[in-house]
Amino acid sequence: MKAVLTIIGEDKVGIIARVSGVLAECTVNILDINQTVMREYFTMIMLVDLKKMEISIEELQQKFSIVENEMQLSIRVQREDIFKRMHEI
Amino acid sequence: MINRNNIMETIGMVEKHKFDIRTITMGISLFDCSHENGEIARQKIYDKITKKAEKLVRTVEDVEREYGIPIINKRISVTPISLIAGASLDINYVEFARILDKAAETVGVDFLGGFSALVQKGFTKGDEILINSIPEALASTKKVCASVNVATSRAGINMEAVRLMGEIIKNTAYLTRDKDSLGCAKLVVFANSVDDNPFMAGAYHGIGEYETSLSVGVSGPGVVKAALEDIKGEPFDVVSETIKKTAFKITRAGEVLVREVSRRLNVPFNIMDLSLAPTPEIGDSVARILEEMGLERCGTHGTTAALALLNDAVKKGGIMASSHVGGLSGAFIPVSEDEGMMEAVRTGAITLDKLEAMTCVCSVGLDMVAVPGKTTASTISAIIADECAIGVINHKTTAVRIVPVYGKDVGEEAFFGGLLGRAPIMAVNKFSSEAFINRGGRIPAPVHSYKN
Repeated sequence: MKAVLTIIGEDKVGIIARVSGVLAECTVNILDINQTVMREYFTMIMLVDLKKMEISIEELQQKFSIVENEMQLSIRVQREDIFKRMHEI
Repeated sequence: MINRNNIMETIGMVEKHKFDIRTITMGISLFDCSHENGEIARQKIYDKITKKAEKLVRTVEDVEREYGIPIINKRISVTPISLIAGASLDINYVEFARILDKAAETVGVDFLGGFSALVQKGFTKGDEILINSIPEALASTKKVCASVNVATSRAGINMEAVRLMGEIIKNTAYLTRDKDSLGCAKLVVFANSVDDNPFMAGAYHGIGEYETSLSVGVSGPGVVKAALEDIKGEPFDVVSETIKKTAFKITRAGEVLVREVSRRLNVPFNIMDLSLAPTPEIGDSVARILEEMGLERCGTHGTTAALALLNDAVKKGGIMASSHVGGLSGAFIPVSEDEGMMEAVRTGAITLDKLEAMTCVCSVGLDMVAVPGKTTASTISAIIADECAIGVINHKTTAVRIVPVYGKDVGEEAFFGGLLGRAPIMAVNKFSSEAFINRGGRIPAPVHSYKN
C-alpha cells in the first residue's frame, strides 16, 4: 500500500532528515519527493511505500505527531488511492 | 508520481472548506426479529443490531484516519418498525423505540432511523400503533428517528394519515417542550420516501434491501461555494460545469471510503447519496452557494432557478463518479442547519411560501422549519398536504420536518444544538385549513400523461 505524506510548516534546518529518519525506522520506502519553500513556508509531499512497514498507519501517525510538536509542523499521512480516485476519471 | 496540485487541492477542501463525509449508515434488516411476544422481539432486535454493528464505529474511525477525510456521523437504519412490531400483540411500541435507543447507545452510533411506517394508502394495525407511539417514543429516546410515508405517486395521498401526522407533530412538540420541541426534529413526514436513504431523520432500511448493507451520504457545500468563488461573473454554463466537477470529486472520496469500510466489515456497499448537506457552521451552507451565484440573499427572486441548477449539476457530477447513486441525492435546504438560511429568515429574505417553491426543485422538502407553537394541527397537516402534492405530481421525494416550537412565536428563535442548529420562528398563513383537512379520505393518484 502506498501513502502520501504532506509536511507543511515554517522552514528550518533538519525537517527532511527528521521525517525520513522516522520513515527509515519504520521500514517505509520513499518513492518520490516534491518539495518547495514559498514565502518561508516549507511544503513537502512524499510518496511512500508501506509494504514492509510492520506497524499500523495509526501508529505511524502517532510517531509523526511527536515530530509535529517538536518541529512545529503539520504532518499528514494519507492513503494514496484517495487522490487518484478523486482527481482521475 | 506525485501530482502536487491534486494533493494540495484535496487537503485544502478538508482544511479550509469543511469537506467531510456526513454519514456512513449501516442498514440492518430486522425481518427475522418478529415475534408474537413483544419482549422476545425486542431482545432479538437488540441482539441483532449490537452484533451486526459491533465493529461499525471503530472501523469507520480507522478508515477516516487512514484517508484523512472526516466522517462526521455513524448511523444505523433498520426495517420500518411497524412491520416488525406489527407481529406482536403489543398495543404500544414505545418500548421498541427504547430498545433501539439502547442498541444505538451500545454500538456508539450517532443516530438510528427506522421507527417508521409506510401508510401511503392505508394503515395496518402495526402502522396505527406505531404512529400513535411516536410522540412518547421521541420524547423518551435520544438517538431514534421516526418517519412516516403518507403519499406516493402511484398511490396518491392518504389524507387520513396527513391529518393524523399534524396531531402527532403537535403532541411530539408538547412532550419535548422543555427542549424547544426538539422531538419534532427527529420526525419526518414523506411523500415518495426512499428505501436506501442514509440521512436522518428519514432513514429506514426498506423492504427490497440487503440483510445488511452500507450506504454513504457525502456533504461539502463549502467546497462547492469555494469553487464558485473562482468563477465570479462567468455564465451559467461555467457554473454548472464547475459544480459538476466538484461533485465528482466529493462523490469519489465518499465511495473510496465506504468501499474500504465495506471490505473490512464484509458488508455489501449499497448506495452513495450525493446530497449537499449543510451544517450550522460558517462556510458550510447551501444558501451561501446560491448567493455566490449572484443573489443578494437566499430567498430573493431567482433563488428557485439557482437551486434547480445546483441540484441538477450535483447529480450529474455525482452520477459520473459512482455507478450506485441512490438515497435522496441533491441539495438539502434545512433552515436550522444552514447558517445562510437562518440569516435569510432573520432578514426577511425568505418566507415559508418561497421555501415551498424551492422544494419543487431540490431534494427533499420543508426541512427543519420552526413555526409558532400555537400553529394548529390542521395547519401543519395542510403544509404536509401541499408538500405531498408537489412530490406526488412531480415524481420526486418531498418531506416535511417542521417544529411548532412550544411557547414561542415569530420573532423568537428555537435552539436545538449540534448539527440541528437553531431556527428563527417563521410565520404561517393565518387563515384556516381545518375544514379541508377534516375531509379525510384519499387524494387519488395523479395521471402521469398529458404533462403540462
